[in-house]
Amino acid sequence: MAKSLTQEFVKGLWNEVPPFRLVLGLCPTLAVTKSVENGIGMGIATTFVLVCSNVLISSLRKVIPSKVRIACYIVIIATFVTVVELVMQAFAYPLFLKLGIFIPLIVVNCIVLGRAEAFASKFGVFRSFLDGLGMGVGFTLSLMALAAVRELFGTGFLTFWVTPIRIFGPSYQPFSFLVEAPGAFMALGLMLCLMNLVGKK
Amino acid sequence: MERQHKNKQKRLSGRFKNSNLAQAWLVLVLALVFGTALAAVQVNLGHVIEANKINETLAQIPQLVFGADAARKMDAGNVPVEIIPGTMAIQKDGRNAYYSLFRVDRDGALAGWVIKARGQGYADTIELLIGLDAQAKTITGLFILEQKETPGLGNKIGTVRWRSQFVNRATDRPLVVVKRGSGRPDAIDAVTGATISSRSVTRIVNRTIGDLRGKLMPEKIQFSERRSK
Repeated sequence: MAKSLTQEFVKGLWNEVPPFRLVLGLCPTLAVTKSVENGIGMGIATTFVLVCSNVLISSLRKVIPSKVRIACYIVIIATFVTVVELVMQAFAYPLFLKLGIFIPLIVVNCIVLGRAEAFASKFGVFRSFLDGLGMGVGFTLSLMALAAVRELFGTGFLTFWVTPIRIFGPSYQPFSFLVEAPGAFMALGLMLCLMNLVGKK
Repeated sequence: MERQHKNKQKRLSGRFKNSNLAQAWLVLVLALVFGTALAAVQVNLGHVIEANKINETLAQIPQLVFGADAARKMDAGNVPVEIIPGTMAIQKDGRNAYYSLFRVDRDGALAGWVIKARGQGYADTIELLIGLDAQAKTITGLFILEQKETPGLGNKIGTVRWRSQFVNRATDRPLVVVKRGSGRPDAIDAVTGATISSRSVTRIVNRTIGDLRGKLMPEKIQFSERRSK
Protein backbone atom coordinates (compact mmCIF):
# COMPACT_ATOMS: atom_id res chain seq x y z
CA MET A 1 0.00 0.00 0.00
CA ALA A 2 1.77 3.12 -1.22
CA LYS A 3 1.38 6.27 0.79
CA SER A 4 0.63 9.60 -0.83
CA LEU A 5 3.39 12.21 -0.80
CA THR A 6 1.60 14.25 1.85
CA GLN A 7 1.37 11.19 4.06
CA GLU A 8 5.13 10.65 3.77
CA PHE A 9 5.63 14.09 5.25
CA VAL A 10 2.85 14.05 7.83
CA LYS A 11 3.69 10.66 9.32
CA GLY A 12 6.83 12.10 10.92
CA LEU A 13 4.77 14.68 12.77
CA TRP A 14 2.51 12.37 14.70
CA ASN A 15 2.10 8.67 13.81
CA GLU A 16 5.83 8.00 13.57
CA VAL A 17 7.27 11.01 15.44
CA PRO A 18 10.82 9.88 16.28
CA PRO A 19 11.35 10.25 20.05
CA PHE A 20 7.81 9.52 21.20
CA ARG A 21 6.47 6.94 18.73
CA LEU A 22 9.56 5.29 17.25
CA VAL A 23 11.44 5.90 20.52
CA LEU A 24 14.57 6.76 18.53
CA GLY A 25 17.14 9.49 19.13
CA LEU A 26 16.64 9.49 22.88
CA CYS A 27 20.22 10.45 23.71
CA PRO A 28 19.97 14.05 22.44
CA THR A 29 16.32 14.18 23.49
CA LEU A 30 17.30 13.63 27.11
CA ALA A 31 20.53 15.58 27.06
CA VAL A 32 19.87 18.87 25.31
CA THR A 33 16.30 19.67 26.33
CA LYS A 34 17.27 21.91 29.22
CA SER A 35 16.06 24.97 27.32
CA VAL A 36 13.80 25.49 24.31
CA GLU A 37 16.65 27.25 22.52
CA ASN A 38 18.84 24.14 22.75
CA GLY A 39 15.95 22.01 21.52
CA ILE A 40 15.40 24.25 18.49
CA GLY A 41 19.12 24.31 17.66
CA MET A 42 19.53 20.56 17.96
CA GLY A 43 16.32 19.96 16.00
CA ILE A 44 17.33 22.20 13.11
CA ALA A 45 20.82 20.67 12.96
CA THR A 46 19.38 17.15 12.90
CA THR A 47 16.74 18.10 10.32
CA PHE A 48 19.40 19.47 8.00
CA VAL A 49 21.46 16.29 8.29
CA LEU A 50 18.37 14.08 7.88
CA VAL A 51 17.12 15.83 4.74
CA CYS A 52 20.53 16.02 3.05
CA SER A 53 21.56 12.46 3.86
CA ASN A 54 18.16 11.07 2.87
CA VAL A 55 18.30 12.83 -0.50
CA LEU A 56 21.87 11.79 -1.24
CA ILE A 57 21.46 8.19 -0.09
CA SER A 58 18.24 7.83 -2.05
CA SER A 59 19.88 9.16 -5.22
CA LEU A 60 22.83 6.79 -4.76
CA ARG A 61 20.73 3.80 -3.69
CA LYS A 62 21.27 1.90 -6.97
CA VAL A 63 25.09 2.18 -6.87
CA ILE A 64 25.69 1.59 -3.16
CA PRO A 65 26.83 -2.05 -2.78
CA SER A 66 24.66 -3.76 -0.20
CA LYS A 67 27.55 -5.22 1.79
CA VAL A 68 29.16 -1.86 2.55
CA ARG A 69 26.00 0.22 2.62
CA ILE A 70 26.36 1.13 6.30
CA ALA A 71 29.89 2.43 5.69
CA CYS A 72 28.59 4.53 2.78
CA TYR A 73 25.75 5.92 4.90
CA ILE A 74 28.14 6.85 7.69
CA VAL A 75 30.51 8.65 5.29
CA ILE A 76 27.58 10.65 3.88
CA ILE A 77 26.05 11.41 7.29
CA ALA A 78 29.38 12.32 8.90
CA THR A 79 30.07 14.79 6.10
CA PHE A 80 26.83 16.66 6.65
CA VAL A 81 27.30 16.62 10.41
CA THR A 82 30.74 18.16 10.04
CA VAL A 83 29.27 20.84 7.77
CA VAL A 84 26.64 21.61 10.42
CA GLU A 85 29.33 21.72 13.10
CA LEU A 86 31.47 24.18 11.15
CA VAL A 87 28.51 26.37 10.19
CA MET A 88 27.33 26.50 13.81
CA GLN A 89 30.80 27.39 15.04
CA ALA A 90 30.89 30.18 12.51
CA PHE A 91 27.40 31.64 12.87
CA ALA A 92 25.90 30.40 16.14
CA TYR A 93 28.93 30.07 18.40
CA PRO A 94 27.19 30.48 21.80
CA LEU A 95 24.65 27.81 20.86
CA PHE A 96 27.46 25.55 19.66
CA LEU A 97 29.17 25.91 23.05
CA LYS A 98 25.94 24.89 24.80
CA LEU A 99 25.20 21.86 22.62
CA GLY A 100 28.84 20.82 22.70
CA ILE A 101 29.50 17.15 22.07
CA PHE A 102 25.92 16.44 20.97
CA ILE A 103 26.42 18.08 17.56
CA PRO A 104 29.18 15.66 16.42
CA LEU A 105 27.11 12.86 17.98
CA ILE A 106 24.37 13.39 15.36
CA VAL A 107 26.49 10.99 13.26
CA VAL A 108 25.39 8.11 15.46
CA ASN A 109 21.84 9.39 15.96
CA CYS A 110 19.70 6.37 15.17
CA ILE A 111 16.98 8.47 13.53
CA VAL A 112 19.35 9.54 10.77
CA LEU A 113 20.81 6.08 10.17
CA GLY A 114 17.39 4.52 10.67
CA ARG A 115 15.74 6.63 7.97
CA ALA A 116 18.66 5.95 5.61
CA GLU A 117 18.37 2.19 6.05
CA ALA A 118 14.61 1.87 6.37
CA PHE A 119 13.48 4.51 3.90
CA ALA A 120 15.98 6.34 1.70
CA SER A 121 17.63 3.12 0.50
CA LYS A 122 14.28 1.89 -0.87
CA PHE A 123 12.38 4.92 -2.13
CA GLY A 124 12.80 7.74 -4.63
CA VAL A 125 14.55 11.05 -4.03
CA PHE A 126 11.50 13.26 -3.56
CA ARG A 127 9.78 10.79 -1.25
CA SER A 128 12.97 10.51 0.82
CA PHE A 129 13.22 14.27 0.97
CA LEU A 130 9.68 14.53 2.36
CA ASP A 131 10.33 11.67 4.77
CA GLY A 132 13.49 13.33 6.07
CA LEU A 133 11.82 16.71 6.38
CA GLY A 134 8.78 15.26 8.19
CA MET A 135 10.92 13.26 10.61
CA GLY A 136 13.19 16.26 11.20
CA VAL A 137 10.32 18.66 11.87
CA GLY A 138 8.68 16.05 14.11
CA PHE A 139 11.94 15.62 16.03
CA THR A 140 12.36 19.40 16.39
CA LEU A 141 8.80 19.85 17.67
CA SER A 142 9.24 16.96 20.12
CA LEU A 143 12.45 18.45 21.48
CA MET A 144 10.75 21.84 21.81
CA ALA A 145 7.78 20.35 23.62
CA LEU A 146 9.92 18.39 26.08
CA ALA A 147 12.29 21.32 26.57
CA ALA A 148 9.39 23.70 27.14
CA VAL A 149 7.99 21.49 29.91
CA ARG A 150 11.38 21.04 31.56
CA GLU A 151 12.47 24.66 31.30
CA LEU A 152 9.12 26.21 32.24
CA PHE A 153 8.58 24.13 35.37
CA GLY A 154 12.27 23.73 36.15
CA THR A 155 13.19 27.41 36.00
CA GLY A 156 10.04 29.46 35.40
CA PHE A 157 11.59 30.87 32.21
CA LEU A 158 11.38 30.03 28.51
CA THR A 159 14.33 30.71 26.18
CA PHE A 160 13.36 30.77 22.53
CA TRP A 161 16.38 32.66 21.31
CA VAL A 162 19.28 33.91 23.49
CA THR A 163 17.30 35.83 26.15
CA PRO A 164 15.15 33.95 28.68
CA ILE A 165 11.58 35.21 29.03
CA ARG A 166 10.01 35.08 32.49
CA ILE A 167 6.70 33.20 32.36
CA PHE A 168 5.97 32.58 36.03
CA GLY A 169 6.31 35.42 38.54
CA PRO A 170 9.25 35.77 40.91
CA SER A 171 7.31 34.04 43.68
CA TYR A 172 7.30 30.77 41.68
CA GLN A 173 9.43 28.07 43.31
CA PRO A 174 10.96 26.14 40.40
CA PHE A 175 11.25 22.34 40.38
CA SER A 176 14.94 22.67 39.54
CA PHE A 177 15.05 18.87 39.59
CA LEU A 178 13.41 18.92 36.15
CA VAL A 179 16.38 20.53 34.43
CA GLU A 180 18.76 17.96 35.95
CA ALA A 181 19.37 14.55 34.37
CA PRO A 182 16.81 12.52 36.37
CA GLY A 183 14.15 15.10 35.56
CA ALA A 184 14.78 14.46 31.87
CA PHE A 185 13.85 10.80 32.26
CA MET A 186 10.73 11.62 34.27
CA ALA A 187 9.58 14.29 31.83
CA LEU A 188 10.19 11.98 28.86
CA GLY A 189 8.29 9.16 30.57
CA LEU A 190 5.34 11.41 31.27
CA MET A 191 5.35 12.71 27.69
CA LEU A 192 5.34 9.13 26.33
CA CYS A 193 2.47 8.36 28.67
CA LEU A 194 0.53 11.37 27.47
CA MET A 195 1.18 10.53 23.80
CA ASN A 196 -0.12 7.01 24.34
CA LEU A 197 -3.21 8.26 26.17
CA VAL A 198 -4.04 10.73 23.40
CA GLY A 199 -3.27 8.22 20.65
CA LYS A 200 -5.43 5.51 22.18
CA LYS A 201 -8.82 5.08 20.57
CA MET B 1 34.23 -30.32 -19.67
CA GLU B 2 32.46 -27.19 -20.92
CA ARG B 3 30.38 -26.97 -17.77
CA GLN B 4 33.48 -27.04 -15.64
CA HIS B 5 34.94 -24.16 -17.66
CA LYS B 6 31.81 -22.07 -17.23
CA ASN B 7 31.73 -22.75 -13.54
CA LYS B 8 35.30 -21.62 -13.25
CA GLN B 9 34.50 -18.36 -15.06
CA LYS B 10 31.55 -17.79 -12.80
CA ARG B 11 33.70 -18.36 -9.76
CA LEU B 12 36.28 -15.87 -11.00
CA SER B 13 33.80 -13.10 -11.73
CA GLY B 14 32.07 -13.89 -8.45
CA ARG B 15 35.38 -13.54 -6.66
CA PHE B 16 35.95 -10.14 -8.21
CA LYS B 17 32.46 -9.00 -7.24
CA ASN B 18 33.03 -10.08 -3.69
CA SER B 19 36.56 -8.72 -3.43
CA ASN B 20 37.06 -5.90 -0.97
CA LEU B 21 38.07 -3.40 -3.60
CA ALA B 22 35.00 -3.88 -5.79
CA GLN B 23 32.79 -3.57 -2.74
CA ALA B 24 34.56 -0.62 -1.23
CA TRP B 25 35.17 1.59 -4.25
CA LEU B 26 32.16 3.77 -3.56
CA VAL B 27 33.13 4.29 0.07
CA LEU B 28 36.59 5.36 -1.02
CA VAL B 29 35.28 7.69 -3.73
CA LEU B 30 32.70 9.19 -1.36
CA ALA B 31 35.32 9.73 1.33
CA LEU B 32 37.60 11.46 -1.16
CA VAL B 33 34.89 13.71 -2.63
CA PHE B 34 33.43 14.64 0.75
CA GLY B 35 36.83 15.15 2.30
CA THR B 36 37.61 17.69 -0.41
CA ALA B 37 34.24 19.37 0.03
CA LEU B 38 34.75 19.64 3.79
CA ALA B 39 38.19 21.13 3.29
CA ALA B 40 36.58 23.80 1.12
CA VAL B 41 33.98 24.56 3.82
CA GLN B 42 36.71 24.71 6.45
CA VAL B 43 38.78 27.12 4.35
CA ASN B 44 35.76 29.38 3.87
CA LEU B 45 34.55 29.36 7.48
CA GLY B 46 37.87 28.95 9.30
CA HIS B 47 38.52 32.65 9.82
CA VAL B 48 34.98 33.28 11.11
CA ILE B 49 35.34 30.43 13.62
CA GLU B 50 38.74 31.71 14.74
CA ALA B 51 37.28 35.21 15.19
CA ASN B 52 34.43 33.76 17.30
CA LYS B 53 36.93 32.05 19.59
CA ILE B 54 38.96 35.22 20.01
CA ASN B 55 35.79 37.21 20.75
CA GLU B 56 34.82 34.64 23.38
CA THR B 57 38.18 35.21 25.06
CA LEU B 58 37.96 39.00 24.75
CA ALA B 59 34.43 39.03 26.20
CA GLN B 60 35.68 37.34 29.38
CA ILE B 61 38.61 39.66 29.98
CA PRO B 62 37.01 42.69 31.71
CA GLN B 63 35.32 40.56 34.39
CA LEU B 64 38.52 38.63 35.03
CA VAL B 65 40.26 41.85 36.01
CA PHE B 66 37.45 43.91 37.53
CA GLY B 67 35.05 41.20 38.70
CA ALA B 68 31.71 40.31 37.13
CA ASP B 69 29.58 43.03 38.76
CA ALA B 70 32.03 45.85 38.20
CA ALA B 71 32.57 44.76 34.59
CA ARG B 72 28.83 44.81 33.93
CA LYS B 73 28.49 48.30 35.44
CA MET B 74 31.46 49.57 33.48
CA ASP B 75 29.98 48.15 30.31
CA ALA B 76 26.72 49.99 30.98
CA GLY B 77 28.50 53.17 32.02
CA ASN B 78 30.74 53.18 28.93
CA VAL B 79 33.99 53.27 30.91
CA PRO B 80 36.77 53.04 28.32
CA VAL B 81 38.56 49.70 28.72
CA GLU B 82 41.35 48.83 26.36
CA ILE B 83 42.55 45.27 25.82
CA ILE B 84 45.93 44.92 24.18
CA PRO B 85 46.98 41.41 23.20
CA GLY B 86 50.64 40.52 23.41
CA THR B 87 53.06 37.64 23.74
CA MET B 88 55.93 36.97 26.11
CA ALA B 89 58.72 34.42 26.02
CA ILE B 90 60.09 33.16 29.35
CA GLN B 91 63.25 31.23 30.09
CA LYS B 92 63.21 29.50 33.45
CA ASP B 93 65.10 26.50 34.83
CA GLY B 94 66.37 25.74 31.35
CA ARG B 95 62.95 25.54 29.75
CA ASN B 96 61.27 27.93 27.40
CA ALA B 97 57.71 28.98 27.95
CA TYR B 98 55.66 31.12 25.68
CA TYR B 99 52.58 32.95 26.90
CA SER B 100 49.91 34.95 25.17
CA LEU B 101 48.53 37.58 27.44
CA PHE B 102 46.40 40.68 27.47
CA ARG B 103 47.20 44.02 29.03
CA VAL B 104 44.02 45.66 30.33
CA ASP B 105 43.94 49.44 30.57
CA ARG B 106 41.26 51.58 32.15
CA ASP B 107 41.15 55.29 31.38
CA GLY B 108 44.56 54.91 29.79
CA ALA B 109 46.25 53.47 32.90
CA LEU B 110 47.33 49.87 33.48
CA ALA B 111 44.57 48.07 35.42
CA GLY B 112 45.52 44.42 35.21
CA TRP B 113 46.65 41.45 33.18
CA VAL B 114 44.93 38.40 31.73
CA ILE B 115 47.12 35.44 30.86
CA LYS B 116 46.19 32.46 28.73
CA ALA B 117 47.64 29.23 30.08
CA ARG B 118 47.27 25.57 29.30
CA GLY B 119 48.27 22.25 30.76
CA GLN B 120 47.30 18.61 31.09
CA GLY B 121 44.04 17.87 32.89
CA TYR B 122 42.53 14.51 33.80
CA ALA B 123 41.07 13.82 30.34
CA ASP B 124 42.61 16.33 27.99
CA THR B 125 44.37 19.67 27.85
CA ILE B 126 42.78 22.37 29.98
CA GLU B 127 43.02 25.91 28.66
CA LEU B 128 42.27 28.78 31.00
CA LEU B 129 42.51 32.52 31.52
CA ILE B 130 44.03 33.96 34.69
CA GLY B 131 43.32 37.54 35.72
CA LEU B 132 45.92 39.42 37.76
CA ASP B 133 46.01 42.94 39.19
CA ALA B 134 48.35 45.57 37.80
CA GLN B 135 51.27 44.56 40.06
CA ALA B 136 50.51 40.83 39.61
CA LYS B 137 50.20 40.50 43.38
CA THR B 138 46.69 39.05 43.58
CA ILE B 139 44.59 36.84 41.38
CA THR B 140 41.52 38.73 40.19
CA GLY B 141 39.77 36.01 38.21
CA LEU B 142 39.89 32.59 36.59
CA PHE B 143 38.02 31.31 33.55
CA ILE B 144 38.15 27.87 31.93
CA LEU B 145 38.24 28.29 28.15
CA GLU B 146 38.45 24.65 27.17
CA GLN B 147 38.22 21.37 29.08
CA LYS B 148 37.02 17.85 28.47
CA GLU B 149 36.94 16.64 32.08
CA THR B 150 34.44 14.02 33.27
CA PRO B 151 30.86 15.38 32.97
CA GLY B 152 29.24 15.73 36.38
CA LEU B 153 32.52 15.57 38.30
CA GLY B 154 35.63 17.13 36.79
CA ASN B 155 33.77 19.56 34.57
CA LYS B 156 32.64 21.38 37.74
CA ILE B 157 35.99 23.18 37.57
CA GLY B 158 34.13 25.45 35.15
CA THR B 159 31.49 26.52 37.67
CA VAL B 160 31.58 30.06 39.04
CA ARG B 161 31.41 28.66 42.57
CA TRP B 162 34.61 26.65 42.27
CA ARG B 163 36.50 29.20 40.19
CA SER B 164 35.71 32.06 42.55
CA GLN B 165 37.92 30.43 45.21
CA PHE B 166 40.93 31.68 43.29
CA VAL B 167 39.83 35.31 43.38
CA ASN B 168 41.76 37.55 45.79
CA ARG B 169 44.46 34.95 46.48
CA ALA B 170 47.98 36.33 46.88
CA THR B 171 50.46 35.25 44.26
CA ASP B 172 53.54 35.17 46.54
CA ARG B 173 53.22 31.46 47.32
CA PRO B 174 51.83 28.47 45.43
CA LEU B 175 48.24 27.38 46.09
CA VAL B 176 47.59 23.93 47.53
CA VAL B 177 44.60 21.67 46.87
CA VAL B 178 42.94 20.25 50.01
CA LYS B 179 39.96 17.94 50.40
CA ARG B 180 37.71 20.43 52.13
CA GLY B 181 37.64 23.64 54.10
CA SER B 182 40.96 24.04 55.88
CA GLY B 183 40.61 27.83 55.82
CA ARG B 184 44.29 28.31 55.08
CA PRO B 185 44.96 31.35 52.90
CA ASP B 186 46.69 29.24 50.23
CA ALA B 187 44.23 26.31 50.23
CA ILE B 188 41.88 25.52 47.36
CA ASP B 189 39.05 23.05 48.06
CA ALA B 190 39.02 20.18 45.59
CA VAL B 191 35.85 19.45 43.62
CA THR B 192 34.36 16.37 45.32
CA GLY B 193 35.30 13.31 43.28
CA ALA B 194 37.59 15.26 41.01
CA THR B 195 40.81 15.81 42.89
CA ILE B 196 42.94 15.33 39.78
CA SER B 197 41.05 17.94 37.76
CA SER B 198 41.25 20.37 40.69
CA ARG B 199 44.98 19.74 41.09
CA SER B 200 45.54 20.18 37.36
CA VAL B 201 43.95 23.62 37.32
CA THR B 202 45.82 24.68 40.46
CA ARG B 203 49.09 23.40 39.02
CA ILE B 204 48.58 25.36 35.79
CA VAL B 205 47.80 28.51 37.80
CA ASN B 206 50.84 28.03 40.08
CA ARG B 207 53.20 27.37 37.19
CA THR B 208 51.97 30.34 35.18
CA ILE B 209 52.22 32.72 38.10
CA GLY B 210 55.63 31.31 39.02
CA ASP B 211 56.80 31.94 35.47
CA LEU B 212 55.45 35.44 35.14
CA ARG B 213 55.57 37.00 38.61
CA GLY B 214 57.84 40.00 38.65
CA LYS B 215 58.29 39.86 34.89
CA LEU B 216 55.04 41.46 33.79
CA MET B 217 56.54 44.73 32.65
CA PRO B 218 55.17 46.42 29.55
CA GLU B 219 58.63 46.87 28.06
CA LYS B 220 59.29 43.11 28.13
CA ILE B 221 56.16 42.21 26.24
CA GLN B 222 55.65 42.20 22.51
CA PHE B 223 52.29 43.82 21.91
CA SER B 224 50.53 43.32 18.65
CA GLU B 225 49.19 46.32 16.82
CA ARG B 226 45.61 45.17 17.05
CA ARG B 227 43.68 46.91 19.77
CA SER B 228 40.07 46.38 20.70
CA LYS B 229 37.52 47.96 22.96
